Amino acid sequence: MSDVVLETKGLVKHFPITRGIVFQSKVGAVRAVDGVDLQLNRGETLGVVGESGCGKSTLAKLLVGLEKPTSGEINVRGEDMVRLKGRDLRRARRHIQMVLQDPYTSLNPRMTVGDIVGEPFEIHPDVTPRSGRTKAVQDLLDIVGLNPDHVNRYPHQFSGGQRQRIGIARALALKPEIIVCDEPVSALDVSIQAQVINLLEGLQDELGLSYIFIAHDLSVVRHISDRVAVMYLGKIVEAGGDVAIYEQPTHPYTQALLSAVPVPDPRLRGQRDQIVLEGDVPSPANPPSGCRFRTRCWKAQDICAQEEPKLEIRDRSGHPSACHFAEAREMFASG
Amino acid sequence: MSDIQAATAEEQPDAAAPEPRHNAKRDKPRSLAADAWADLRRNKIFWVAAVLVVIIVTMAIFPSLFTSANPRACTLSRQHSGPTGSAFFGYDFQGCDVYARTIYGARASVEVGVLATLLSGVIGLIFGLSAGYFGRWVDAVLSRFIDIVLGVPFLLAAIVLAKRLSQDPQNNGVVAVIVTLGVLGWTSAARIMRSSVIAAKNQDYVAAARMLGAGPARLMMRHILPNSIASFIVVLTILLGINIASEATLSFLGIGLKGDAISWGIAISEAGPYVRVAPTPLIWPSVFLAVTVLAFIMLGDAVRDAFDPKLR
Amino acid sequence: MTDIKAEIDALPGLDPQAPLLDVNDLHVEFRTRDGVARAVNGANFTLKPGETLCILGESGCGKSVTAQAIMGILDTPPGFITEGQVRYRGIDLLKLPEAERRKVRANHIAMIFQDALSALNPVYSVGFQLGELFRKHRGMSRGDAKKRSIELLDQVRIPAARSRVTDYPHQFSGGMRQRVMIAMALALDPEVLIADEPTTALDVTVQAQIMNLLADLQNERNMGLILITHDMGVVADVADRISVMYAGKVVEEAPVYDIYARPAHPYTRALLESIPRLDHKGRQLNVIRGLPPALTAIPDGCAFHPRCSYAKDDCRQDPPPPPYAVQPNRTARCHFWREVVGDE
Repeated sequence: MSDVVLETKGLVKHFPITRGIVFQSKVGAVRAVDGVDLQLNRGETLGVVGESGCGKSTLAKLLVGLEKPTSGEINVRGEDMVRLKGRDLRRARRHIQMVLQDPYTSLNPRMTVGDIVGEPFEIHPDVTPRSGRTKAVQDLLDIVGLNPDHVNRYPHQFSGGQRQRIGIARALALKPEIIVCDEPVSALDVSIQAQVINLLEGLQDELGLSYIFIAHDLSVVRHISDRVAVMYLGKIVEAGGDVAIYEQPTHPYTQALLSAVPVPDPRLRGQRDQIVLEGDVPSPANPPSGCRFRTRCWKAQDICAQEEPKLEIRDRSGHPSACHFAEAREMFASG
Repeated sequence: MSDIQAATAEEQPDAAAPEPRHNAKRDKPRSLAADAWADLRRNKIFWVAAVLVVIIVTMAIFPSLFTSANPRACTLSRQHSGPTGSAFFGYDFQGCDVYARTIYGARASVEVGVLATLLSGVIGLIFGLSAGYFGRWVDAVLSRFIDIVLGVPFLLAAIVLAKRLSQDPQNNGVVAVIVTLGVLGWTSAARIMRSSVIAAKNQDYVAAARMLGAGPARLMMRHILPNSIASFIVVLTILLGINIASEATLSFLGIGLKGDAISWGIAISEAGPYVRVAPTPLIWPSVFLAVTVLAFIMLGDAVRDAFDPKLR
Repeated sequence: MTDIKAEIDALPGLDPQAPLLDVNDLHVEFRTRDGVARAVNGANFTLKPGETLCILGESGCGKSVTAQAIMGILDTPPGFITEGQVRYRGIDLLKLPEAERRKVRANHIAMIFQDALSALNPVYSVGFQLGELFRKHRGMSRGDAKKRSIELLDQVRIPAARSRVTDYPHQFSGGMRQRVMIAMALALDPEVLIADEPTTALDVTVQAQIMNLLADLQNERNMGLILITHDMGVVADVADRISVMYAGKVVEEAPVYDIYARPAHPYTRALLESIPRLDHKGRQLNVIRGLPPALTAIPDGCAFHPRCSYAKDDCRQDPPPPPYAVQPNRTARCHFWREVVGDE
């Protein structure tokens, strides 16, 4: 575990709920991310799964510096990104880049593909000398499987999958070590998803990248991840290797989540023991006391309301699980 | 590496294949503006409006191309007499050539319209961009200020302002009218700019640029402004038409252009009392005014339709 | 209630023996500035009471347009139905006068959409919108309509239906809103329900709730359900039969078990191999190279041939492959279906 490229400690982001326009008063806070510790090793893919509103997108924004955390540390190569300012911050940002979800809105429609992929070089002029930039942009397009001669085209002349490749080329321009992928394939069609997933995997092997792969599609996350963290209401409730999480989950939420995913095999119909959760996710502005999942949990006892379970290895859970009653449940036999 | 090559190979056929969903025939790089132009070219209303605007602007710059008569050569003996020779529209109360005066009147109208619109545009751009980009209290203060200006009764404020600005009797009032219209007319443009800046600011590509470490200047000039300016320009085109009409209104009321200035507004105002005796000196400047205003507004409408992303 | 049934019985072509819904050779095109987009080029399927038919396909394959054409909510222009029949119990809906057609659809065929928020009117309470259906189509009084609305919300398992009936659509969560829309669709006891990507915008746990609810309601009422989706997991869970659409055509139609065990069309096969699966982890996903064709420029012959690994010269030329009978109740539009089925 020596080769940690990214580590967060006690990462918290609360969005204040305010009233008034000129004279604002704080009336509460949405606890989007509420104490997240995670580690990413070199060359590894860490999957982050959870349902909408669990804070996974906010986590992505915090990691790449689009939002400032309320508290906590984000260490990239030993430097705390949260404390850095000005030039140092700009330099440090090169190491961590992001691929955004929607390929239709993440590219400026008024810029050519060459300008979009070359923009990182303009912002960080010391990376590539001016004379070599056209070549660098064409190389990037080539790497992501686009025709390098298309630098003068505009985004709307490309399909969704091709646009996502442009977004990946832009993220690669500064030669980052870490790429945060926020739902990179969820806006794409099934047949195109596989192309982009394969590209991401190929680039990882080729360039030694580390990925944080955020998605709501558990099948995609399983396919690409080495380790997986499951989020619920701003907290990680379970973390571990992909086999541990997918085949022997110990947190009730993970179990429910996995059991709800339809499997593309009609022979399994009716044979899976599906756990259907009742009700909706509570509001992150007013989360339940103790364990946040207790309001929908079939195992909940008094202790769950009083004491918040820590994310730790437990008697019946070989990997960290934030449940007082963590116990492995066999989900899918490895195929 | 094999994966990457495989991926490259997969996509290569598409590069040659027609682009999906978009005009399959043309394969040249085209910007949104080029797309809009392709659209405009097929729009008849656009062509009608454009031809009219070109004629009107030419008339404003080179009135002598359209008439050889001197609009200031008036002889009372010809008062209200019918069309003769080059004076197609006859003569007015002062015995001036109505046709010549109508042609020469275009200059004042277009000059006031264009300059007042430019002034409004500059003010509106600054207010709209700052309010939209900075948000929070800047937006709150600027937006309230816009509301206040919008709440001022236009005609009342224009009368006060124009009177104040043109006390010098030597002055023919052009600057005063431009400033008056410019200072009172920018609010709708500023509001449009503000809302489209806010829309553009929240786009993912702006987040992507911020993530790369782009500063506020780059974000504004490269990403936000180019994506929010289209509707602003359209509003200005329409405002141009409105300003031309307003100039005529002010001149008609006697607080706009004066002295020896020639303008449609003055002509309409002067011909008003004699409309029963001689309607033509009133009708022709009115027709030119209406057509000019309509041409600019139609042009603005056509451009808006072409740029409207909802139709793309 | 009875008079409406009587009216429909009087319509021309009614045949109690005919299938519940029969779509035959449906063609829809969109006449746009960039040319004619052939969105649906011969869609065929039938639906029996109590059956679940899934229409599977990627965006732009014509699956939603087919549903809109059946429902008569196609935007015309630019959309035009150029050929084909849509028969409800033998009555060709496309040939009926507008008023009659509307009556048949209102009472017998209902549809739910992906985006419940925009499908519900934001300025009326859900109770009012439900009640309006009963008042207008069933002539109920205000009080009875309200009572029926509460019953219905209860049936779609909205907790505390009595107090929520006066709430507005935005006051419901995504999953609850979908339930409200299902309630509205079921209000007039339709025999056919068309669900267009009903769970795509929802989280998996909510998706499971909604799919279970739909299955229960379908069983209770013996409804025919047409489920339009791109999610092969959902299809495997609920479908009886599957129609796979590509570039406006049904390229394969088969019972669910057969299609997953032995796909007969290369496109179906490639789709199944390209999805990552939850229950096992493979390293490299199979990829369908290239992109679906633009609907304005569908290739000659089989529309899938530029992306197909089985394609030979026959596939590149018109006429496109006809629906070959793979089994008695199973068709595939591929000249080489034997090889595709045989390959492991």
